[in-house]
Amino acid sequence: MSLEVRPTVTGTRVPSSDLAEPPVNHQPRWVLVGLGIGLVLAAAAFMTLGAKGSWEFLLPFRGTKLLAMALVGTAVSVSTVMFQTVTDNRILTPSIMGFDALYLLLQTSLVFAIGSARLAGVDTWARFVVEVSVMVVFGVGLYRWLLAGQRRSVHVLVLAGIVLGVFFRSLSGFMQRLIDPNEFVVLQDAMFASFNSFDRELVWLAAGLLVGAISVAWALRRRLDVLLLGRERATMLGVDHRRTVGLVLVIVAVLVSVSTALVGPITFFGLLVANLAYRIAGTHRHAVVLPVAALLGVLALVAGQTVLERVFSFDTALAVIIEFLGGIVFLALLMRGERR
Amino acid sequence: MIDVLDAVKAYGSVRVVDGVRLTLPAGGLTSIIGPNGAGKSTLLSLVARLVALDGGQVLVDGLDVTTSRSDALAKRIAALRQENHLGSRLTVRDLVTFGRYPHSKGRPTAEDGEHVARSLEFLDLVPLADRFLDELSGGQRQRAFVAMVLCQDTDVLLLDEPLNNLDPRHAVAMMDRLRAAADELGKTVVVVVHDINVAAHYSDHIVAMCDGAVVHEGPPPAVIRPEVLSSVYGLPVEVHDLAGRPHATYFR
Repeated sequence: MSLEVRPTVTGTRVPSSDLAEPPVNHQPRWVLVGLGIGLVLAAAAFMTLGAKGSWEFLLPFRGTKLLAMALVGTAVSVSTVMFQTVTDNRILTPSIMGFDALYLLLQTSLVFAIGSARLAGVDTWARFVVEVSVMVVFGVGLYRWLLAGQRRSVHVLVLAGIVLGVFFRSLSGFMQRLIDPNEFVVLQDAMFASFNSFDRELVWLAAGLLVGAISVAWALRRRLDVLLLGRERATMLGVDHRRTVGLVLVIVAVLVSVSTALVGPITFFGLLVANLAYRIAGTHRHAVVLPVAALLGVLALVAGQTVLERVFSFDTALAVIIEFLGGIVFLALLMRGERR
Repeated sequence: MIDVLDAVKAYGSVRVVDGVRLTLPAGGLTSIIGPNGAGKSTLLSLVARLVALDGGQVLVDGLDVTTSRSDALAKRIAALRQENHLGSRLTVRDLVTFGRYPHSKGRPTAEDGEHVARSLEFLDLVPLADRFLDELSGGQRQRAFVAMVLCQDTDVLLLDEPLNNLDPRHAVAMMDRLRAAADELGKTVVVVVHDINVAAHYSDHIVAMCDGAVVHEGPPPAVIRPEVLSSVYGLPVEVHDLAGRPHATYFR
């Protein structure tokens, strides 16, 4: 994988007495180009490896999957970076704040309340729209409530997220024990993110929503930079902190909800991708960090899915592959940073 | 320039700023002194619109800080807060460049670059410009944050304990520069300081606060008096004449 794109300084000897060592001169453009090349290679591998049968079937089939991965990878990475910017820390993610668990609870409640047979009869579009709306409303409400206080400690937020996640999961678990075992099997499908069983007709609707949300995020990129300074300094610089954070949280909720409703609980790798992006972007500017994170996210999904399909013949979960490979890369970067 | 009209800020039943009336003219350096918990920082935050008023009104340059547009105010007031923690990793230059945001909206021009360069130079930060803030000492970081505030190029500068973490040499340099900002650039500078003698030496005007209220104000000779300081701090304070300037001593 082409994560090794940071230009390394070779041949220039810094005098050892010079303790004021200048930071490694990252060139954001080359990071982006490197990631772009990596992504093209991964996408080519995904589209062509192990191709059997007619291309006329294969290209649109795999192409739709690729599009879904591009959408979801971008949405997860962008939402995580934005969420971390407004909460002013690099540990919290929508996933840690219980979003995946909320999706699970929603699915379980639906099966519990109306049964899988009748649920299958519901129009896919209607179901998608309802799911997205419920999650957006709930997500915005939850984040607003948690972040409304002027200054809440990160520890309280992490704790609240973990408690909420456990609460949602226990509630889902309770309902899952009450329902018919056959219903539970249907439900199990919804419990893991999968690019093999998503609804293909929804991809374009999701694409529209995600492109809209991401455009707003992009328009906010300079204001997001200022939010990095914290509430008080952002206010001093004339950024309406409350309004901007509110808007960011709505975008995050839309991004997370749409991608989750499309393929299932998927936000797990946001933490990894966002932190990798900060490390290799070499700048705090969202104009660089957001595209780097998006490229990394899509790259992780496409490469992970290719490995899943070609090496493990669909025999494991995508999360396992992405977190294993991504975790190794992340550790390597951390240790290299340690030595520097 | 700054009009505080019966400002009130309460946390629960404790009124930390309790009906302060204060008018500061344009230009000059004003020091706010007083014991811990007197409401000095809160008053500064109220003027800087960082804390919402519970009563009264604050006008800066005729603009009500509660109702005016935040981006319009950002071109008139800049403030330095006490704590300078940052969640993300920035270089000194990045931080100082943020001071230009009200003017550049995130697209710094060549002119913004000149402002940044001047602020860096003004605070002796040129050799540190490309270092990350978390690699600096407390005093160097403090200067970087002051440089950011100066770079905002506003008429009003509010600084909450700008001498935090500074050694005597840099403390004197900082006060000299704030004095120069008032004298040469015509800025209205308001500082919260703990060192009575720094206030006595550098200010045009001193405001003494106690229990959320302004108890005395005036030019240094009117405030730096034993009976005033003793009652403000609840501590016997003597004032000596040192080469024609009042000098307070309060420990033996």
